[in-house]
Amino acid sequence: MTLFLLKRLGHMAIVLIGVTLVVFALIQLVPGDPVRLAMGTRFDPDVYAALRAASGLDRPLVEQYFSYLGNALTGNLGVSFRSGDPVTLLLLARLPATLSLAIASLVVAGLISFPLGIHSALNRGKFSDVVVRVISQFGVSVPDFWMGIILILVFSTTLGWLPPSGYVAITENPWEWFRRVLLPAITVGTASGAIMTRYIRSSVLESLGSDHARTARSKGLPERIVMSRHILRNALVPVITVGGVQLAGLLGGVVVVEVVFAWPGLGRLVYDSVAARDYPVIQGAVLLIAVLFLFINLIVDIVYAKVDPRIALS
Amino acid sequence: MTTTNVSTTAAFGVDDLSVRIGSAQILNGVTWSVERGETLGIVGESGSGKSMTVLSATGLVPRPPAVVTGRALLGQPDGSQSDLLTMTAAQLRAVRGRRLGYVFQDPSTSLNPLLTVERQLTEGLEYHLKMRPAEASKRAVELLEMVGIPDPARRVKNYPHELSGGMRQRVMIAIALSCDPEVLIADEPTTALDVTIQAQIVDIVRSLQQRLGTAVIWISHDLGVVGGLADRIVVLYGGQVVEQADVETLFEQRSHPYTQGLFAARPTLGRTGNELVTISGSPPDPRELPPGCVFYDRCELRLDDRCRTERPPLVELGPEHWVRSFCATPERQEATA
Repeated sequence: MTLFLLKRLGHMAIVLIGVTLVVFALIQLVPGDPVRLAMGTRFDPDVYAALRAASGLDRPLVEQYFSYLGNALTGNLGVSFRSGDPVTLLLLARLPATLSLAIASLVVAGLISFPLGIHSALNRGKFSDVVVRVISQFGVSVPDFWMGIILILVFSTTLGWLPPSGYVAITENPWEWFRRVLLPAITVGTASGAIMTRYIRSSVLESLGSDHARTARSKGLPERIVMSRHILRNALVPVITVGGVQLAGLLGGVVVVEVVFAWPGLGRLVYDSVAARDYPVIQGAVLLIAVLFLFINLIVDIVYAKVDPRIALS
Repeated sequence: MTTTNVSTTAAFGVDDLSVRIGSAQILNGVTWSVERGETLGIVGESGSGKSMTVLSATGLVPRPPAVVTGRALLGQPDGSQSDLLTMTAAQLRAVRGRRLGYVFQDPSTSLNPLLTVERQLTEGLEYHLKMRPAEASKRAVELLEMVGIPDPARRVKNYPHELSGGMRQRVMIAIALSCDPEVLIADEPTTALDVTIQAQIVDIVRSLQQRLGTAVIWISHDLGVVGGLADRIVVLYGGQVVEQADVETLFEQRSHPYTQGLFAARPTLGRTGNELVTISGSPPDPRELPPGCVFYDRCELRLDDRCRTERPPLVELGPEHWVRSFCATPERQEATA
């Protein structure tokens, strides 16, 4: 177990170095000079040179990269061009909003996908299976911003049940947080839930027709035990992977929904920073999202090995 | 008499069993039975309905879509026979695993990969025999020992993937015999195993059968395996019994052209250098069975009009030797042997 963890952390480090290289290189490839852009109309050659020297932009690229890497390792991701705040603090301030939305969305996705996917598989070919498949197709296809706007129109503007947007920290007021997270979580969770529904359906179908399910039936066990111990359990193990991928995706990829619901998360920060060419923030956010992604993958692998004895951790 | 019957003393048997799934006639009036302590071999090629005859008879083929008719008779302790096909799902569950044990073809997929050997053995004991967990665990070790697994106390804690193919099949046999069933259904239990392991599995089943007096139904496409094991053999083709006899009779006086083809197709030591004999053609499509003899298309002895248009009945050639063919007279066999 310890060996496995060390090995995996080693792999993660290599991937992260790759990510920093790509992020660093991408920023260099983008046309436009950030210092010049930040100065705008107040351009002065002396100030420009001084600023470039202060931010290290006049040094060779390799040197710039290594100083960036060294700083990143110590938690210093630079300073925002736009606000002058340390990037690390900006990111940390946004993390709770993103995390709480991602987890709420995953819960919604789970509440949708498990009952629907299992029901659909057990009633394959019947009317309710067709209905579930149509709904999940719909869920996969509908653009999330449209879904978000429709939900706001129905539940806030028309019915007035929920606030249309905004964020309250869960630590501050859990009820208000819940009222505000509901619509964005449904918006995001529906799409993830639709994908997971299809996955769970096919996984349960496969398990239903498996040889070991036949063995369980040949033992004369009650259907309840055959289902829970032999069919669903085996079918849901691979769903852990899909759930992990969905969660990782939710952490970095809900930019549009965060904008629609004025949700101050990482996605929103990236969106604003791209618009403002705030490179240090973009770099830092991408790096943080990559770290989160790798971390979730690691957890998924550990959980997977715990429930499936065929996967050895060492 | 133009048809066989399930004997009144049989441990298990099917009587005029037919299975239809959609437009496919998978089985057509199959009758066989196995006595206590006897081994019945069921042979035939893929798609002949071998597995279907036991699976459909014991409720392991979902109905619908399958339409199963006929009777599946299980001998009761009082000497009567009850029909599994008229039982409720709950009654069937009380029979499966308890009075009928199953061993399937591929032990690498037939065992649940997420459960220990112990759990897979104890769940039946706890459910059918109402054993307490500790008692069932103890019994699980004994069962592993019974099927010849070394170090059973340690092996019982293993997961299937930690065992070799032969060991897994022994575990399957232990599971099948765990509740001391009257009938063991072995559905191609050696097909997925190495030849040396095959022999071990055959030996284990044979010795356990002698000890426990279990009736065994051994399904195989391999005449060599079945010949060394069975007391009687049923040859299935196209969902019908085409020949049935005790093993000596079948080996010495095989009469159906298909059975003869199966024997001719067996690879033999010492006959090196020759091409392997095959039965040309392929089995009939169960959705479009020919109106006459099901073997007509591939038969080398066919008599044109009658075999094509008229379905041959099962005829008793000798004592307890039944054949379904117009071409299967002993004379004809001698002429072509």
